[in-house]
Amino acid sequence: MYGYIVKRLLMLLPTLIGAAILVFLLLRLVPGDICLIKFGGEGAYADPEQIRQCQVSLGLENPIYVQFWDYMKGFFVLDLGTSMWTGKDVTYEIGVRFELSLQVAIMATLTSIVIAIPLGVISAAKQNTMVDYVVRGFSIAGIAMPSFWLGILMILGLLIGTQEFMGRPWMPPISFKSIFDDPAHNISQLIWPALATGYRYSAVATRMTRSAMLEVLGEDYIRTARAKGLIEKVIVNKHALKNAMLPVVTIIGIEFAFLMGGLVVTEQVFNLNGLGKLFVESVTQSDYTLTQALVMLVVTIFVFMNFVVDVLYAWLDPRIRYS
Amino acid sequence: MKMLWRSAATTALALGVAAIFGPASPATAETPQYGDELRLVVGSKIPSYDAHIESTFGMIHPIRPFYSLLIRVNPDNPSSPTDFVCDVCEGDVPKATDGGTKYTFKIRKDVKFHDGTPLTAHDVKATFDKIAFPPEGIASNRQAYFKTVESISAPDDYTVVFKLKNPSGTFLPSVAMPYNFLYAKKDLDAHGYTWHQKNINGSGAFRFVEHVPGSHVKGVKNENYHHKGMPYLDGFTAISAPKMSVRLQAIRGGQADIEFRGFPPKARDDLVKALGDAITVQESDWNCVLIVTPNHKVKPMDDVRVRKALSLAIDREGGSKYLSRIAIVKTVGGVVFPGHPLAATEAELSQLAGYGKDVEANRAEAKRLLKEAGHENLKITLHNRGVDQPYKVVGTWLIDQWKKIGVQADQWVQPTTPFYATLRKQKDFTISLDFNCQSIVNPIADISKFLPGAGNNYAEFQDEQLLKWYDELLAEGDEAKQRAIIRKYEKRVLDELASQFITLWWYKINPHRSYVKGWKIAPSHYLNQALDNIWIDQAEKKRQLGG
Repeated sequence: MYGYIVKRLLMLLPTLIGAAILVFLLLRLVPGDICLIKFGGEGAYADPEQIRQCQVSLGLENPIYVQFWDYMKGFFVLDLGTSMWTGKDVTYEIGVRFELSLQVAIMATLTSIVIAIPLGVISAAKQNTMVDYVVRGFSIAGIAMPSFWLGILMILGLLIGTQEFMGRPWMPPISFKSIFDDPAHNISQLIWPALATGYRYSAVATRMTRSAMLEVLGEDYIRTARAKGLIEKVIVNKHALKNAMLPVVTIIGIEFAFLMGGLVVTEQVFNLNGLGKLFVESVTQSDYTLTQALVMLVVTIFVFMNFVVDVLYAWLDPRIRYS
Repeated sequence: MKMLWRSAATTALALGVAAIFGPASPATAETPQYGDELRLVVGSKIPSYDAHIESTFGMIHPIRPFYSLLIRVNPDNPSSPTDFVCDVCEGDVPKATDGGTKYTFKIRKDVKFHDGTPLTAHDVKATFDKIAFPPEGIASNRQAYFKTVESISAPDDYTVVFKLKNPSGTFLPSVAMPYNFLYAKKDLDAHGYTWHQKNINGSGAFRFVEHVPGSHVKGVKNENYHHKGMPYLDGFTAISAPKMSVRLQAIRGGQADIEFRGFPPKARDDLVKALGDAITVQESDWNCVLIVTPNHKVKPMDDVRVRKALSLAIDREGGSKYLSRIAIVKTVGGVVFPGHPLAATEAELSQLAGYGKDVEANRAEAKRLLKEAGHENLKITLHNRGVDQPYKVVGTWLIDQWKKIGVQADQWVQPTTPFYATLRKQKDFTISLDFNCQSIVNPIADISKFLPGAGNNYAEFQDEQLLKWYDELLAEGDEAKQRAIIRKYEKRVLDELASQFITLWWYKINPHRSYVKGWKIAPSHYLNQALDNIWIDQAEKKRQLGG
């Protein structure tokens, strides 16, 4: 097991190097010039000399191989460089947004787990009953409804509802305060996007839990347990649930990684200053250094989450052994 | 229903109080209150803090309150395009001497930068030297506006003298541009000319507290501000909110007080419907205009008859009436901002192609011209910018207008970056929408947009006559003569050559919470952003938001 973990950790390096090369090359294929966007993007007159000076100062006039060499050198010494747009360290730019994205991802994941696992288990245990139909309807609605749309509905609902019942409209705060500085402000801002994304996320996980549970509940060892006279509650919670969690863990792991950088539209709806918004800004501004760093961050999170899922697999199912 | 009872009760209470104490004097009603914070929402990003190289309201709105200018648009009368007042200078804005070629500014002795350094004439000189005569390798976005300046000197600590090469009607408006933040000479000398891109040391009404990228900028009251008694606010927070619906809902939900760029008519109506008297709406003509730019190097736009026909087809009056209900455009005008003394009158405009009141006659003439040019069944593609307000709305309207003279048009919409790449580099378009959007109303400078060969003119044509008239205009100090030259210039652009043509001027709509007082709308979203004249009616705010 430990050998496997070390081996998997070593395999992360070539994956990350491959991703770094790929993202560098792909970004250079995308049309756009940060200097043109910066000085003339809103239609203002763009002085060609100013544009040229900007390109020189950012190293964009250097041949591609020189830019690539500089980038890879930085990659190996963990120097991600400075944002071409703001001139600030990329680590600072990402750091400002990381806490918010991490918190939303954790809250959405917790929301999802709290909803999905009990509902999936109940739905499977009560297969083809009214309870099962209601749970399936709930999860299908969650899959069908984009979280940003649910977010818009939530905001409008809050605005209209509070106006109607309290006499003045209220909506969640639109500026971020750390949970350590102002917990009430923080929670009242982030609970809504966490619920909106957590619901969609839970819908997928509920269906996965239900089908995995159904599969496990049909296994021979469950029949044996029943034949031995064990009560249904013990069979489901103690014998079936742990094994049924294998595919659910995969879904949770991948969705968590996705949430760290993928909440682009939801962040816009709730005005969250997260990594998704930064990602979109960096791409539309052709800010190569920032985009490269963000892609590498998301790749690292994905690779790491896959690694964690694999380790959890082994823990959940002792039959799984890795050579 | 609850709201109805509430407003009825409030009205009854107000009437009762008024009956007992008599009508309040206007002075009492509008006496500014001190304290509280303004929360504004901003829909664009901050590229850097250096206004000398930036052009976006995304930087002006959060950063301008930290800085002073030499002169500025009168904050109490910002809708006037010609009313300038001193900011750090003393008394009135100086008149030109020496035949219109010398401006002498006396600098106030009580102005300090936020780090405690007194602001002197040397700081003003260093600032304008950076803008007008930047050293090799240093960018200055408004250098062209100061071409007429021969020298800037500071004969003593509190006098600055600008010497011009010739009398110029563009000089004072150029000095009053909101981008001309005054920097400390010692900062420029010690830290270099790029230091202000990442650092702030101004002498404005507010001191910089923090900027969290992508989130907000925070400022607190400058207790040493040179305009005594101001600012009224304890501070402000400029919240970054790129999505318009978020900015709108933020005002509705009490998370923000105001947005300075402007909302479309529908958003205004929604806010007013939802909040009633909790919303105040200020509206103004806007110093921005959408321009149709044909590419003269591409057939059939090389034919003046085709260009003129396309302009004749546009019902500008009708557009003003109906389009203004859904888009941020309204005012019919020529090449000069309609509110300025140098702008064409209605009678003058009606003499130009496409401005005559008889739309059917205009369109009949358009059809005749197309037939004469051999393009009765013309098909064109309008290149447009992928921004809803007002580009795509106006683009769709134009296509419909052209349909009425038998022209089949479709739209080629591109995001901003490739849109400008097409205009500036590839030039592979037949006809495109473009815009001219300025801060200070400065007609002589602004009409350079229509000058052949200008860096921001994408029509790809040459005309010696226009260049000659523009040079004459720059050298002319007399306003009546300037006006006459501009009329000739305008007729040449819009009628004789139809080299480019105007659609409608923009219309600015600023709904804000009614407890925000003191701020007056300007004909530009870059102007009147010092925030020093804004105050909050705190009782009204409490009534609306509680707390």
